[in-house]
This record gives sequence, structure tokens and C-alpha cells, in this order.
Amino acid sequence: MNWILLIEQTLNGLQLGLLLFLLAAGLTLVFGIMDLVNLAHGSLYMVGAYFAATFTAWTGSFVLAVVLTLPATLLVGAVVEIVCLRTLYDRDHLDQVLATFGLILFFNELVRLVWGPAGLSVPLPEFLSSSLELAPGLIYPSYRLAIIIASLLAAFFLYWLVARTRIGMLIRAGASNREMVGALGVNIRFLFTIVFGLGAALAGLAGLMAAPISTVEIGMGENVLILAFVVIVIGGIGSIRGAFVSALLIGLIDTVGRAFLPDVIGGFFDDEFADAAAPALASMSIYLLMAVILAFRPEGLFSARNG
Amino acid sequence: MQMIRVGFIGLVMLALAVVPVVANAIDEPFYVSLFTRMLVLAIAASSLNLVLGYGGMVSFGHAAYLGLGSYVVGIGFYHAANDGMDWALNGWLHLALAVVIPGMAALLIGAISLRTRGVYFIMITLAFSQMLYYFFIGLERYGGDDGLSLWYLSDFGDVMDLNDDSQLYYLAYGLLVLVLFTLYRLVNSRFGMVVRGAKSNERRLMAVGFPTYRYRLVAFGISGAICGVAGFLMANQSEFVSTSEMHWVHSGDLIVMVVLGGMGTLFGPVLGAVGFLMLEQYLPELMEGVCHIIGGESCGIAGEYWKMVFGPLLILIVLFARGGIDGLLQGKVGRNV
Repeated sequence: MNWILLIEQTLNGLQLGLLLFLLAAGLTLVFGIMDLVNLAHGSLYMVGAYFAATFTAWTGSFVLAVVLTLPATLLVGAVVEIVCLRTLYDRDHLDQVLATFGLILFFNELVRLVWGPAGLSVPLPEFLSSSLELAPGLIYPSYRLAIIIASLLAAFFLYWLVARTRIGMLIRAGASNREMVGALGVNIRFLFTIVFGLGAALAGLAGLMAAPISTVEIGMGENVLILAFVVIVIGGIGSIRGAFVSALLIGLIDTVGRAFLPDVIGGFFDDEFADAAAPALASMSIYLLMAVILAFRPEGLFSARNG
Repeated sequence: MQMIRVGFIGLVMLALAVVPVVANAIDEPFYVSLFTRMLVLAIAASSLNLVLGYGGMVSFGHAAYLGLGSYVVGIGFYHAANDGMDWALNGWLHLALAVVIPGMAALLIGAISLRTRGVYFIMITLAFSQMLYYFFIGLERYGGDDGLSLWYLSDFGDVMDLNDDSQLYYLAYGLLVLVLFTLYRLVNSRFGMVVRGAKSNERRLMAVGFPTYRYRLVAFGISGAICGVAGFLMANQSEFVSTSEMHWVHSGDLIVMVVLGGMGTLFGPVLGAVGFLMLEQYLPELMEGVCHIIGGESCGIAGEYWKMVFGPLLILIVLFARGGIDGLLQGKVGRNV
């Protein structure tokens, strides 16, 4: 076993998991509080990445782009909520799925109209383009480390916001009984817009951080969205804690599985079979994990509704 | 209103029956393949309608069964072409396997998914279909990401020749009629009553003593099997098998067709599939035309971005015309029909 590779892949998995958490946190908040299934969440991730690309090109600075992208995606989220999603809260889930599916089509075309069909690339910020030697022989790109740290900070901020502030108190109260909160005189509509905007900003943050290490392209949010769904299904819909745990689990299993499954299978079967089966099995592993967990706990690991 | 509805549906089915004749008469063979696609998707949408419309199970993964059905044809072709296994091209075998394999897959996926409710069910069916999607992308041997081009189609010997577009069309038409008849018998049987009852009040049905889980699971399996037939036809129609047909967006398209046509009605999905493909085909031209009328410049672009109209149109249909086309024919407009 190659320990350095293992640690490297574990860090990669951690980074993927944290990015997934940022997406899943928004989804699970929106679901837990507004009871809304939002397929278009991946579009906000995509929009975040495109904003980052444009702002980086305008200002020439990635840091400035980050500062501009976050409020921009928050604004996009708030507008989407006010224009379209607000009418969907008291509809059944099928309506929500269909309407947000329509939103995906709309966003994909809008992005194609504004930014063109070709993918964009965002240069790595100068000060993060090098690599760090974490331990003797273990060299890791500093940008990926920065993603891990920034995501952890965002996760901590979210925890602080939800658990320690007045608005967080309202969010938690809204999740357990929104009629009661409304009856007590809280402006529920405004609270929902804030929550949705917050979720959008988190998705945008994930998108902008992923932009320099992947291609910014149309539909980039869709595959990530499915992973985020798997995360919140495993974690228990509505539970941020569950989303955090299962996001890390998914990130690690997916990354480490892809890296090591060929060797593991090669140890039991002949190489030809391993070469053919390993990539297919590695990409299935997280879904199999989901199936196993749901077979025993249909409500997910941490169910928000039951405490 | 009932007269209009029956008349309209009869007219659509009749018009569909003569498409190849008309298309060949006016020398536009393109229409045969367009309408074959409509029939194929009508079968797929009808299968989804069984679980979605009658059973109230929002499956967001039916593209997977479509894909499994088409991979039956694709993998059969691969071995016939590369390993000289001529029997693997047998059309009857393809058709049988395209029923059995997707049906078994649906039973397996359903067995886990149906333990959950509501949003969980939507997301889990979605995730499982993505799992199969990635599984086939990982299968380099059968084309992986690039898919397989079929040089030979399913072989039905002297009975019919699928290379002839008209014969393929009438096979699809015949299968659609068969599927509709089967579904009609099914939903009006005791079994269908239980599945429909479980949609409106599952707890009460369980109290009466029906094991609703098993009924729903069997309905889910039947739905997957029928969808596999559509996949078999789709592979032979496009002469190409690829993972892109399994992508989750196509599961969404199928739901849209069912809702567009009218959920929980026998002919709704047929109308929905026809309407959906008509929109897909003619909305770009329509938008270009409108652009010319209002005097816009470079109108070619307007047609290119038709989905920008299509997406919001979808939202409006969801919000204001829940009964779909079939609901409109019955004179029901509004959200709670």
C-alpha cells in the first residue's frame, strides 16, 4: 500500500466531500424549512462558477471575484425565489420537481446565451498556485488545501448562524413548525427568501471554488446535484449535521474507491476483469452505499423530523 | 365534452396509424422516424404513467429502464458482430430480454425505493438511475461513453425487416396499442384498483388488509418491463445505443410528457409524447417565425434558444394546467383537477 497516495486521495476526498456539503447544506435547509425539492440548485452552482470566471476576468483578482460572486449568487437565488419558487411551497412534490426542472432548462439556455456554448477556464490565483510539502514526500497543491479550509470555515459559519444567532433560531423554528412561527409574527416570506438566498450563496461558493480546478461549462451542476441528493438522502433530509457527515463519507468513498478499487479487485480476480469492472464498480459504490443505508434506515442517518 | 375528447383521441390514434403512408406519399421519409420516436416515447411515458399517474409514485429514474432495454439490443449486436454469435441478434430474444431485464431491475430498485416515501422516493429513483448510467459509462467494452453504432438491427427473420422504416413504425404502433390495452385491463382490474387506492389512501387499504407494498412493487416492475420495450424500439429506431439516453434529464422529459398529456389517464401519455416532440421539433421554427414577424434581426439565434421558452412554458403548465392536454379536452382547467 502506498501511504502517500492514500493520504493524498483522502485529502482529495475530504475536499470533494466539503464541496458537496456546501451544496447539500443549501438543499437540505430549503427542504427542511420550506418543504421544497429544488432540482435547480445545481444551476446556482453553475452560475456561481460562471460569475467567478467573469469577475476574475474583469478584476484580474480571484479574491475580488470571490467577494463579488457571493452576493451576486445570493441575489440570483433571492430573485428566483421571489419570482418563481414562492408559488410552489404549498404544491405537491411532483409540481416542484417539474417546475424546477423547467428552471434548469431555462438557466442552461440563459448561460449559453450570455456566456456562449464553449466552456471557460479560471486561472488559479497566483498566491495559491504552488504546492506545499505537508510531510516528507507528501506534496499537496495549496489551492486544494485552501478549498478544504474555506469550506470548513463556511461550515463553521453555518453552524454558528443556525445554532447561535437570532436568525438561526427562526430558521430552526421554521423547520419544526412554520405556521406557528408565522402566527407569532415572524415575516415568514422574508425568512424564506433569506434562507433560499443563503443556500444559493453556499452553492455559488462551491461553484466558484470548483471553477479553477474544473472546466466551467453548461450542465456542470447537474451531475454534482445528484451527488448532493445522495448526500442528503443518506444524511436524512433536513438535517445539516447529517449532510455534513454523509458528505464527507461520500467524498471519501468516491475518491478513495476510484483510486484503489482497481488494485483491490485485481487482488481477487484476473487483471482483465479488474480493468473492465473496476471503473464501473467505483462509480457505483456510493449508490450501493446509499442502497444499503436505506435498506436499514429509510429515513437516513440523522432524521431531522424525529429530533 | 366527452364526445370531443373521445373524438380527438380517436383522431390522433387514426392519424398515427397512417403516418408512413402519408409520409411516403409526400416523399418526406423524415416524418416516419420523427413519429416512430413519438410512439416509442409514448410507450415509455405510458409505462411511467402506471406508477406516476395511477400509483402516485414519482419515479425520477425511468430513463434507466429505457436504457437497459436499448442495451439489450446493443449488447446482442456487439456479440453478433464481434464474436460471430448470430443467435444474439434474434429479435424475439431481444424483445423478451428487453422485457425481463428492465423488469427485474425495476423490481430490485423498487424493492429498496418503495420502502421510502415522498421526496426520498424521488431522489432514490433518481440516484439509482444515475448509478446505472455510470455503470454503462464504465463498461468500456460496450462503447462506454461513446455508445455503440448498430450496423445490424434486431433480426425477426421473415416476419418483418426493421431496416424498413415503415415496418419498424408499425411494429412500434402495434406495441403501443398492445401496451395501452394491457394497461387498460390492468388499471381496471382488482390489482389496478389496489394500486390506485394506495395512491389516495394507503393507510386505509392496509387497514382493510391489503399488503400495499407488494402491489406497488409489482406495478413498479411491470412499469419497468414496459419501459424496456420502448428501449428496445428506441435502439432499433436510432440504430445507436448510448448512455446519453439514460441521463437523468430524460427521466425528467418522461415525467413532463406524462404531466403534459394528463396523469392517470390512459391516452394522456400518448398525447403528451406527441405534444412534447412536436414542441421540440417546431418551437425553434415557431420562435424564429415570431422573431421575423416582430421584425427582429438575426432570427436564426432565436430558434437556437428555444429551451429558454420551453423551460418557463413547463413551469406555467405545471402551475395552471395540471390536467394536461387530456384535462383540457375534458374542459378541466386549473390546478386541482
